[in-house]
Amino acid sequence: MKRDEEFFKKIKKAEKTAQYAMFFTSLATILLLLSIYDPTLSIFNSQEKLYEEVVVDEDRIENGIHVRTGLKDGKGLMTVVNNCTNCHSAKLVTQNRMNAERWNETIKWMQEKQNLWQLGENQEIIVNYLVENYPVNQVGRRMTLSNIDWYELKD
Amino acid sequence: MLFINGESVKQQKTYTLQELKSKFKHYTYQLTLECGGNGRSEFNPPAKGNQWTVGAVHCASWTGIRLKDLLEDVGIKSDAVYIAYHSADTHLSGDPSKEPISRGCPISKAMQEETLLAFQMNGKDIPLAHGYPLRLVAGGWPASVSGKWVNTISVRNIVHDGPKMTGTAYRVPCKNVAPGEKVEDKDMCIIESMPVKSLITYPKSGAMIKKNKSINIRGHAWAGELEVSKLEYSIDFGATWQECELEKPTNRLAWQHFSATIQFPKIGYYEVWAKATDSNGVAQPMVVPGWNPKGYLNNACHRIAVKVS
Repeated sequence: MKRDEEFFKKIKKAEKTAQYAMFFTSLATILLLLSIYDPTLSIFNSQEKLYEEVVVDEDRIENGIHVRTGLKDGKGLMTVVNNCTNCHSAKLVTQNRMNAERWNETIKWMQEKQNLWQLGENQEIIVNYLVENYPVNQVGRRMTLSNIDWYELKD
Repeated sequence: MLFINGESVKQQKTYTLQELKSKFKHYTYQLTLECGGNGRSEFNPPAKGNQWTVGAVHCASWTGIRLKDLLEDVGIKSDAVYIAYHSADTHLSGDPSKEPISRGCPISKAMQEETLLAFQMNGKDIPLAHGYPLRLVAGGWPASVSGKWVNTISVRNIVHDGPKMTGTAYRVPCKNVAPGEKVEDKDMCIIESMPVKSLITYPKSGAMIKKNKSINIRGHAWAGELEVSKLEYSIDFGATWQECELEKPTNRLAWQHFSATIQFPKIGYYEVWAKATDSNGVAQPMVVPGWNPKGYLNNACHRIAVKVS
């Protein structure tokens, strides 16, 4: 009797070992097949595309405005974009109104103090663009209030 | 770490932020900080720089230690003329050998009770944009004196010559010039106290009201080193002026609050103009004041549009 019990126990143990072996072999096979036929594991990914790659011209012009910088389209635009918007916003340029002499002084100042590179022939192109597209407004000693946003004042 | 150096210190010294906070007494003041170029957009011919309209001013509550207490602890020599700040900010070009700005003030301003090395704004750590963890606050002077992100204070035996102290930066012609006139650098003088000015902060420009209704206006007024002694408003483009209620400042160099109730005699378009007068009797001009190359110190009267129907 005792021997039978021991035998029975041994059989059970062998069965368990076989089950483990089967499990790991199957797992290894699946991984092996996956690594051969689907190395990127795409079957686990959703079949739907989550995003579409959109190709847009980053220097496109809409309504006469260079969208990326807000600069007006005009002769010399890209020279201005490439030399004047690497370090600072185009707004720093367009909020100012200067004549050619003062723009040239400003460029000299940027070269002396702010490490701006030499512009060579581009300097004239840039200054002409600025003077033409962002001319000086004569505002006098005091402007009329403009762009008033009228609203009903409640008590 | 705050480093104290310069020709006119008896010894170089460093303090941790914790040492500054624990070693020196704390003070809290409301201090008016206004950009020297506030209002620049109105100059004609136009001046180079940020085209400020009216908003480059505020008056927060600052908590910190007195700069004079710190300077006394360090020990300064009798030849000291100027203090300068240096900060953690980096130059736009990325060049580590350059500083974007390093300004300061004469010893007399540094020694004022209200001149602080502040670590709190409105009762909390200073927000990053306002100079966390430590900034200089020198109320009533161009706000560029109040350096942000300060890591060094230098005590100089000359007028400080750091970036934005020299040339045309934060300077105006020593003598008046005609609009657009060329001015040599040597004829430019450093701006110290800001001029008298006021802002109508309520209602917003463009208010429409019914006839027989009145408007309660309110706003702030300040006068650099001085106090505002009178605030008036006009609804007839300066032909006649009426006095507003004007409060005393919470402390020296804090802006003052004003208010008035205005009745309009007829229907139509009006402008409400506000005019402050300082304790020396100097008032705001109604037109843009003296032109200068960099467009500083425009303290012309503020006005709002009102329609009565």
